Amino acid sequence: MHLELRGVTKKFGSLVANRNINLNVEPGTIHCLLGENGAGKSTLMNVLFGLLHPDEGEILINGKPVVINNSGEAVRMGIGMVHQHFMLVPVFTVAENVVLGFEPTRAGFLNHAEADASIRKASEQYGLAVDPHAVVEELSVGLQQRVEILKALNHNAELLILDEPTAVLTPQEIEGLFEIMRNLKAAGKSILFITHKLKEVKAVADTITVIRLGEVVGEATPDMTEQELASMMVGRDVNLTVAKDPKVPGEPMLSVRDLVVLDDRGLPVVNGVSLDVHAGEIVALAGVQGNGQTEFVEALTGLRPALRGKVTLNGQDITNHTPRQILNAGLGHVPEDRQADGLVLSMSVQDNLVLNTPRVTPFARRGTRNLKSVRTNAEERVRDFDIRTTSVDAPTSSLSGGNQQKVIVARELSRPLSLLIAAQPTRGLDVGSIEYVHKRIVQERDENRAVLIVSSELDEVLALGDRVAVMFHGQITGIVDPSVGRENIGLLMTGSQMSDDNAVTAPEAETTTATSEQPAEDPS
Amino acid sequence: MTDQATNVAAASLETTPAAPHRGPLRRAWDWYLEGHPVIVTGLAIFLGLVIGGVVIILTTPTVLHAWSNFFSDPWNAIKVSFDSVGAAYRAMFTGSIVDPSAFWHAVTTGQGWTGGSSVLTPMSETLTYATPLVIASIGVGIGFQTGVFNIGANGQAIMGGIVGTYVGSMIHVPMAIHLPLTLLAGILGGIIAGLIPGFLKAYTGAHEVIVTIMLNYVIVYFLTFVLLSTALEAPGSADGVSRTLDASAQLPPIFGASSGLRVNYGLVVAIVVVIFAKWFLERSTMGFDFRVTGANPRAARTAGINNKLILILCFVVSGGLAGLAGVTQVSGVNHYIDTNFLVGSAGIGFTAITVSLLGQNKPIGIVWGSLLFAALSVGGRQMQAQTGIPYDLATVIQAVVVLLVASPVLIKEVFRLRGAKTSGIQLATKGWSS
Repeated sequence: MHLELRGVTKKFGSLVANRNINLNVEPGTIHCLLGENGAGKSTLMNVLFGLLHPDEGEILINGKPVVINNSGEAVRMGIGMVHQHFMLVPVFTVAENVVLGFEPTRAGFLNHAEADASIRKASEQYGLAVDPHAVVEELSVGLQQRVEILKALNHNAELLILDEPTAVLTPQEIEGLFEIMRNLKAAGKSILFITHKLKEVKAVADTITVIRLGEVVGEATPDMTEQELASMMVGRDVNLTVAKDPKVPGEPMLSVRDLVVLDDRGLPVVNGVSLDVHAGEIVALAGVQGNGQTEFVEALTGLRPALRGKVTLNGQDITNHTPRQILNAGLGHVPEDRQADGLVLSMSVQDNLVLNTPRVTPFARRGTRNLKSVRTNAEERVRDFDIRTTSVDAPTSSLSGGNQQKVIVARELSRPLSLLIAAQPTRGLDVGSIEYVHKRIVQERDENRAVLIVSSELDEVLALGDRVAVMFHGQITGIVDPSVGRENIGLLMTGSQMSDDNAVTAPEAETTTATSEQPAEDPS
Repeated sequence: MTDQATNVAAASLETTPAAPHRGPLRRAWDWYLEGHPVIVTGLAIFLGLVIGGVVIILTTPTVLHAWSNFFSDPWNAIKVSFDSVGAAYRAMFTGSIVDPSAFWHAVTTGQGWTGGSSVLTPMSETLTYATPLVIASIGVGIGFQTGVFNIGANGQAIMGGIVGTYVGSMIHVPMAIHLPLTLLAGILGGIIAGLIPGFLKAYTGAHEVIVTIMLNYVIVYFLTFVLLSTALEAPGSADGVSRTLDASAQLPPIFGASSGLRVNYGLVVAIVVVIFAKWFLERSTMGFDFRVTGANPRAARTAGINNKLILILCFVVSGGLAGLAGVTQVSGVNHYIDTNFLVGSAGIGFTAITVSLLGQNKPIGIVWGSLLFAALSVGGRQMQAQTGIPYDLATVIQAVVVLLVASPVLIKEVFRLRGAKTSGIQLATKGWSS
């Protein structure tokens, strides 16, 4: 299918989300839409899928102008969309989900045989192997995504829109997805691939359209370097690598032994984790989301009780202490969900900068807050951490995601710390902010603090970690040096052992006591 | 403005151009169009009075009769309508604030300042009515700001009245000790009633709305029970009336007993509460924790705030203030309690919820909201006495004003404002989902 957008503009009140967008997707190609968060990619796709209506401009399918009023019409025109968050019924089987809304029936009953057959056919044709009888909620995220794609194909989609499809996948699953995308391309389907990850663009795209601040800034080709693509996307030169000098770690600051934590349903979601983080060292905890990392951090910060095990910070037992006690013991915490846990969005920047230290001198005296020193503090932090805000009185909700994160980082790094825990510190941030946050984290390490990073972005894990601990199904499957490479860490993320002789430190996963040892290769 | 639009999409706030210079009139007009909460509330009151006027026209027989003869005498129908509505609102104004002609007479002759029909009586009555309302509403407002829906302010106020009456009527000590002790007893009564839902919510997760609503019933019957006990019941009374508070436990009238003006030193208590609440919410560290918890409980927990403790403390503060409101009513106005104390239409604890919403849960806003409600209630009675238009009309106007304040989008549409804000109401109504 040939798709063309001409001069599409979408406004929300006075905000122009898309301005005069021209886009040309040739049949049988993978067209990548590259842009930072908030650049207007998702808005554009929602316009294309009939969820939003353009204020100006037109959409042409195979050369004919069309008006798409709702998603049903989009599907009928042959547009399929795989959302970032899957739209599946968890308790239905794969087959039931795929035919949902267009069920083949026989005498008023669902024709299972026909449904299965159509799925098998699509599976074979595009290499989308998945069992039609499996219940969706029991499938891995990667397989659920395949079901979404199958669903779109079952509706005879000729153009597939994939909205940030790799965010939830392991490296192996990403490679599998790319294979499927290439098969679809070979079968003549067009794919519109939305992402902000440069490696993926280079791996799979035929043509690239870069969009920034709601406008198309240009076309690019996959043979351009990541550096060039990043500059185009951000609008200035960016430093993609994290400058990090080798450093000899000091004494263990955080020491976790045999930690068991239950999730909200009462099931052990962290199951006997032992981990040490030394002063002057960054340990990156890698793993696909949902393998217990969130609950692990919650247990360390006192937000979730530990069933068994022991956590010590700087020699002090902090197991099941209150969050306040743990914060006072010198733990800095950049929470995973910054808007829900890290900030009070309706409150001002200056109040958020003292959110966990309102009683500390000089911010308060005998129960009365010293608003002048709160303001002075905020003005200093805004300057030191380059927080872009109209004023320190502005509500944090008015800040961009990157600047909201800077508020949290500024707050945590301004206290005397012995350990910094940062969960998904750069999720959803633009390249410029990522660069900045990474720099500050490395700086903390260089000032001899212990740092624990939790991230599902492999790039981040490899760039920041002095050691990489991989978590799978509530256990540490290996603590390795980042030099073992993406492939091996990817294997650990799926619970497999590493394939080659790089697995020097992997056996640590088997025992729970050996994990405190240093990696085999001394970084110095 | 549209040039700025693209900035919002990214972190480019630093490029926001300086606002162009505008004259004061233009700025005032912009301020109006921006829909500042004060403007929205003012317009809501105006619209409430207009709708009240329509109700008067539709329910007054003489006016309806004039309209039935509209085609023979159209001018009369319009004139009668305006006369009727005008008379009603005039009676309301002179009955609740001041009668301008009587005031002028008093100024020129020096007579009529005191006594039964003093020119200050309407103002005094309004302030008397507003005094416990301000205190109770601030208690409710602090609850709302903490994300707690304290629907039990009325029960807590009754408890304050009961415990205050015990101390005020059964201990006999000098005023310097007795009056503060009575007020403290009232606060304590409110705290006791507030701690029940506080603990239940903190430790069992029971929703405070259900618990407090039910406790209101429990406390009303508890009131009847204690009034029939020999300890509290007035000797020789058989109809459930308590002993009268000792003179040393009463908040005296500000202008002396001979002035005939009921406004009492409870007003001073209310002013102290307003100042305390302003400090508490805006300047105190504990108030900061309260507000953080109310605005984002998860972030509060992550920041080391003990949510359970805050919840209980919030009920202590909110219930204590409701109890103080109850004892202020007893000590300053009623001087005794009976089975009708704060029951039914006298339930200031319920009015306090509305007033708190009207005042955006902020102390100064609550003061204005209380004065408005007090004036409408006091003036409504005068209106009924003078024009025969039922007192319920005042309630209609109160209800319409609150409805309109709670739906700023409507005001925005009616008056063509650009962006009406709803901060207070939204914050308060969030409590239901948690």
